[in-house]
Parts: sequence; C-alpha cells; structure tokens
Amino acid sequence: MTDAASARVVAAPDLPDILPPVKARRGLAGFVVRHPTMAIGLAILAVMAFVAIFAPLLGTVDPTALAPAKRTRAPSADFWFGSDAFGRDIYSRVLYGARVSLLVGFAVAALASFAGLVIGLLSGYIRAVDGIVMRAMDGLMSIPPILLAVALMALTRASVGNVIMSITIAEIPRVARLVRGVVLSLREQPYVEAAITTGTTTPRIILKHILPNTIAPLTVQATYICGSAMIVESILSFIGAGTPPITPSWGNIMADGRALWQVKPYIIFFPAIFLSLTVLAVNLVGDGLRDALDPRMVKRL
Amino acid sequence: MNPIILEVRGLKKHYGVKGRAASGAGAVRAVDGVTFSISRGETLALVGESGCGKSTVGKAILRLFDITEGEVLLDGERIDEMTSRELRPLRRKIQVVFQDPFSSLNPRMRVREILAEPIRNFGLAKSEAEIDARIAALLDKVRLPRDAAGRWPHEFSGGQRQRIGIARALAAEPELIICDEAVSALDVSVKAQIVNLLQDLQKELGLALLFISHDLAIVEHIAHRVAVMYLGRIVELAGKRALFAGPQHPYTEALLSAAPAPDPTVTSKRILLQGDVPSPLNPPSGCHFHTRCPYVFDRCRRDDPALHEVEPAHYAACHLRETPRQ
Repeated sequence: MTDAASARVVAAPDLPDILPPVKARRGLAGFVVRHPTMAIGLAILAVMAFVAIFAPLLGTVDPTALAPAKRTRAPSADFWFGSDAFGRDIYSRVLYGARVSLLVGFAVAALASFAGLVIGLLSGYIRAVDGIVMRAMDGLMSIPPILLAVALMALTRASVGNVIMSITIAEIPRVARLVRGVVLSLREQPYVEAAITTGTTTPRIILKHILPNTIAPLTVQATYICGSAMIVESILSFIGAGTPPITPSWGNIMADGRALWQVKPYIIFFPAIFLSLTVLAVNLVGDGLRDALDPRMVKRL
Repeated sequence: MNPIILEVRGLKKHYGVKGRAASGAGAVRAVDGVTFSISRGETLALVGESGCGKSTVGKAILRLFDITEGEVLLDGERIDEMTSRELRPLRRKIQVVFQDPFSSLNPRMRVREILAEPIRNFGLAKSEAEIDARIAALLDKVRLPRDAAGRWPHEFSGGQRQRIGIARALAAEPELIICDEAVSALDVSVKAQIVNLLQDLQKELGLALLFISHDLAIVEHIAHRVAVMYLGRIVELAGKRALFAGPQHPYTEALLSAAPAPDPTVTSKRILLQGDVPSPLNPPSGCHFHTRCPYVFDRCRRDDPALHEVEPAHYAACHLRETPRQ
C-alpha cells in the first residue's frame, strides 16, 4: 500500500497555480478586512464603553448639578455640548447617560436570551410543554413591546432595574420563538436520532446536541435585542415611564430638551447622535456575526 | 441457521392517527403490516422505491417513534412496548448508519466526543484512558487515521464521515446495524469502499445488517436475503440468488428489469409499469399493486394476498403464485 503510493509519479509538478495564492492576513488587520462591518461596530461600541466607564475622568462635571444662571447655553469651551434648561452640562449628562443605555442594552440582551433559550429549548423538545408555553408566548407577543413595557413600568417604581425587567419580559417571547424553531428543526437531524439510538438521555441530548447548535442564531438575535432595548429604554425615559428623571439617560436628556427643540436643537441633538451611533454599532456587530456564523444567510437579508 | 436476533411481526405505522388507533380513514399508511426476521450475522436487504416505507421500518425498529400496531422482538424480547428507560440499555444492540453523512454527525462535537458518547452511555469503558484506547481501535477498524479523533466533522469528506458514522455505530458493540441508505449519498468508488468495509466488519464481528437501499446492484453484492417493499408492504422475500434469478412477484420482476446492467451488449426486456405509485393515504383495495400490475385479474381487486411460501424459503404476496387451497 505505502510502496505503491511512494512510487506514484507526480505528472506535472511545475505547473503554475491556476489561482494566485491569496495572502491570508492574520491578527487585527485580517479581522478588519474579513469582517469590516463587525470591526466598525465593535470599534464604536468600544468607544462608547470607554466613555461610559471613564466618564468621571473625561472632563465632566456633576451631571445632576443645577446652575440656574447658566441655562440653555450654546455649545462652547465651557459647555462642550451646551447646557439644558436647568443649566446642567449636557456633555457630562450624555457621557453619564451612556452608562444607563449600555447597561440596559446588555443586561436585557443577556437576560432575555437566557430566559428565552430555556423556554425555547423546553418547548421545542418536550411536546407536552410546547402547547401551553407557546400560547402564553403568543399572548405576550400580541401586546406591542413598548406598551407592555410601559404597563409593567406603571406597576412598579421608576428605576433602572425595573426598566431592565420590563423590557426583558417584553423581549422574551421573540427569543423563545426563535430558539423553539431552531430546536424543532434540529431534533429531526440524523445526529440527534443517532444520539437517541446510542442511549443518550433527553437532558443530555438537549445539552450536548441541541443547545450548542442554537448558540449562533441566538447570539445574532441577542445583538438585535440589545439595540432595540436601548431604543425602548430611551422611549420609556422620553415619555417619563423609564429611569427616574434625575438619572441622566439619553432618553431623559431628550425629554428635557423637547420643549426647547425648535430654539435649542442641540439639547436633543447630542444624545440622539450618541443613541443612533450606539444602536447602529450594535446592529453592525449583529450583521457581522450573522455573516460570520452562517454564510448562507448573507444574501437573504 | 443462526439464531434469530430481530423479529418484526405485523408492523404498522400510520401517520395522522391519534394515539394508537388501529387503522382509521384518512391515515397515511406508511408501513402497513410488515413481517420479517433477521438472524445473527445475516444481511437482510430491504428494497423498494422512494416512499414505500423502508426507512420507516428502520426507524420503527430503532424506536425513534411509537409504532401503530405490531410487535418488534429483539432476542425474543418485545421492545415496542418498553418505556424509554427500560429500552435504553437494550439500544446498545441495535445501531444505525444514516444516509446523509453531513447531517448525521453533530457539527459542534469533535470525532472523539462523537465516538465516546455510546461508550460512556452504555458503560463500556471504565476510564478515560480506556475510552481513548477503544476510540483508537474503532478508528483502526473503519480505516481512519488515529489523529482523526481530535478533528471536527467538517474536516472530513463524505466517505470519511460515513466511516465515522459506522465507527459510532460500532462503538456500542451492537449485534444489528441498520444501514438506512448508508451508501446512497456517496460516489461510486467510495460506495464500494464502504460496502466492502461493512462486509469485512460483518465477517469480523458477526454483525447482522438490515440494509435499506434502492440500489439493486449493491444489494445483490452485499445481501444474503432480500425483502422487496411496495406501498408499505413486503411483496417478496427470498434469498438473494433465488430472488435475482427468479422473481416471483410481478413488482419485483419490473423492479429488476429497471436496474441497468453493467454490460452494454446485454439488452434486457424492460417491463414498464403504467401510472404512478398510489397514495399511501388511500391505498388500493385488495392487492396494493393491482393498479399497475400487468397480470391483474378480478381477485386482485378484492382479496389482499398474504405472503406465501412459493418455493422453500421464497415468499411472495401474489395470487398468481398461490397453490390451490387445501
């Protein structure tokens, strides 16, 4: 066997390559070239996270300090983004507001993904659970998420924790549905049937064969939830049903500037820019992840 | 004759019926009364065209779903009525190799993990070192390099993946392997390798094989006995030589005449069947084949022919082959 293989003659060893070899870039440059959208998104997110974490060190003042003498100043050397109707420094408020938005976005994405994953796995794999749980999810989904969050906030006290909880509950059904759909298609896969015939118990099949294969679509969905949670948080704050007005959040700043937006547009402009950029970044990361994890889906959206 | 390992009696699988109702109108009769047995070390081929229920028979034996009616006996023990807990240790004896080598291996598990799963589940090894030794032996058996254990399924070709699938089946030390179109998705050359591998393993380990296929050339090569299925029923069951030399059922005759001969100078008479396979939702009365049979007569439309021993160990379900009633 090996003699025959070594005796084989290579017919044309010196033929040129039909396709010139592409230099595979490695490291950061390679990542940027291969996934430009994800790279841009991650870069913006990194900047936002940096701003949120190091807000006290970036030339800010107390974001809640009132200065009635310096109300509604235009952007200047003293007030980089201007000051609002109570004389609070908008630059400081926007930077501190990043903390609320990022916290809400990531906390909701994590919590809703986890809860939705558990519900979806159970209802996708266990027939008896499916009917009841999915009808409950359908019921939740029939209420627009913002209305549901508003209703839940109306039942509780205004705080960041309650905002996170309300938006999470509103987002869970979408994740549960997605995971259930993936599980339903996975459980028919021959490797799951093979796992059954090799004596694997149901909990282990869910854990070892189903769960790892739901992570990719779930991660992508989590990024979209993160972006949408940031927007919903701002909406809740804007209509006064979100974080307490004293807490600087992008929604609160915009709510404060609403009365003056025709004469002092910058009060709304700066937090809006930050919110849009952050949500755009999160969505870019989500798109990039989707393309990287499942190349077949690239053309579809 | 070797002792019987698996016996299937009157197996029915109807879809769209609630619970285990025997037979209702509006049910898809995927498998409609199938009876056969497999001896140790024997290869029984189950052939038939797409949708005739051959894969359903395989999955029913594996208890991937509950059957509608009938009995499945493994080593004389009924497994169709067991709870999944009772059945789990017995599952070791029956393993499966699927058709599609790409979806039959979990893409997120390394080959080592895939092969270790049955070994762990059935408690066949006491330590991790023993598992590694067994995996190395399995990879040798299916003629894959030992370093394959650390790789992912996507690093292998179709034929190599099918070898991994066979190794996984062997890992459980089974007595019967169900090959559900196990070579149908492979290239001709790879197909031959896998078929020969299966035959070698059968000789070495005394495995029984239920070889589900529509490829008559492969079946003629590997099988000892052949069962021909049509619309959820076995129409003919015989030793390979007897069946290929002298088919007793008109459907088998037509099926064999449709298989291409490797010799271009041989021109065989083609029997062309008229029409399509009737729907298993509403199978014809009497003999299921009567709508397309060239020899159809009155009785075929009324009476359902039973599988009948027309020659020693050669069974056919056709009124034409029945001996006069006693």
